[in-house]
Amino acid sequence: MRLRILDSGHGFGTKALFALIRTMSRQPVLDVIKLVKYRADFYGRPMGAVTQDAMRGPSTWSVGDRELMAAFVAKTNHSDFCTKAHSAVAEGAYRDGEKVFAVLSDLDTASIEEPLRATLLMLGKLTREHVVDAEDMRAVLAAGASRQQIEDALAVCFSFNVIGRLADAFGFFVPGPKAFEAGAKYLLARGYR
Amino acid sequence: MSDIRQARRALASRILEGDGKASSSERRAAFNNSGLAKPAATLVDKVASHAYRVTDEDIAAARESGLNEDQVFEIVVCAAIGAATRQYDTALAALEAATENE
Repeated sequence: MRLRILDSGHGFGTKALFALIRTMSRQPVLDVIKLVKYRADFYGRPMGAVTQDAMRGPSTWSVGDRELMAAFVAKTNHSDFCTKAHSAVAEGAYRDGEKVFAVLSDLDTASIEEPLRATLLMLGKLTREHVVDAEDMRAVLAAGASRQQIEDALAVCFSFNVIGRLADAFGFFVPGPKAFEAGAKYLLARGYR
Repeated sequence: MSDIRQARRALASRILEGDGKASSSERRAAFNNSGLAKPAATLVDKVASHAYRVTDEDIAAARESGLNEDQVFEIVVCAAIGAATRQYDTALAALEAATENE
C-alpha cells in the first residue's frame, strides 16, 4: 500500500474490527477493506452504496454474471488484485470455476450465452478505449441483451472502473488464493455495504 | 433493474462538494483530469488513463510537491471516479442513440 494512512491510519474501533477479521478468517485483511474503512464517509460508504446497487440490486443478470463482468473489467484494466478477487466471487456464485477461467482466457470461444458475451465485449471496449458508440450498443442489443441489461452492466462497469484504478494506484498487496476465497465468501454472504 | 443514478449522484456530491483535506477546486480538477499542476497532474492522468502504470515514484512526487497523504488519497479517488463517470456517461449516450427510434 503506497499511502501509510490507508494501511494503518484507521481509528481504534476499525483496528479492532481488522483484528477480528484476521482471527475469524485466519487471513490477512485485504487492502480493499482497509481502503473502504479509511475515512469511510468520504469514499467507502458512498461508493459502497453504488456498488451494492450495481452488484446485488435487482437485475436479470445473476450475481455470478455481474461478478464475472467485474473480473472481466478488472482484467481489461490489468488490475491483478481485482481480477483475482472477483474471479473468486464469480466462481463461488456460479459454482463453476472453469466457466470463469474460460471467459477470462478467451471470450470468443468460452461456452456462454450470446447476450452475456456481447455485453462483455462492449464492456471490454469501453474499459480499454474509454469510448463506445451507438453501433457497439446495437450489436449488444442484436445479440439479445435488453436495454435494461445493458444499463445494469454499465453500472457494474462503473464500479469496477473505479475500484480497479484505486487498487492499482494505491498499490494493493496481492495475497494468495485463500485470502481471496475468504473475501469471496464474505461478499457473497454480506454484499458491498 | 439496478438504478445507481441516485447513489452515483450522492457519491459525486460527497467527494466534490463535501468536506475534504484537498480543496474543492483540486478535487474537481482531479475528477475532470484537467487543470492541476505537475506532478499531481501526472498522477491523476495515469489514474484516469492507465492506473496499473502508477508507480511508487508518482505517489512520492505528489507528496514531495507539498500534498499530504490525505490530500493524495482524495485526489486519486476523485481521479478514478471522474474517469469512470466519463466512460459511463459516454456509454449511456451511445445506448440512448442506439435506441432513440424504438
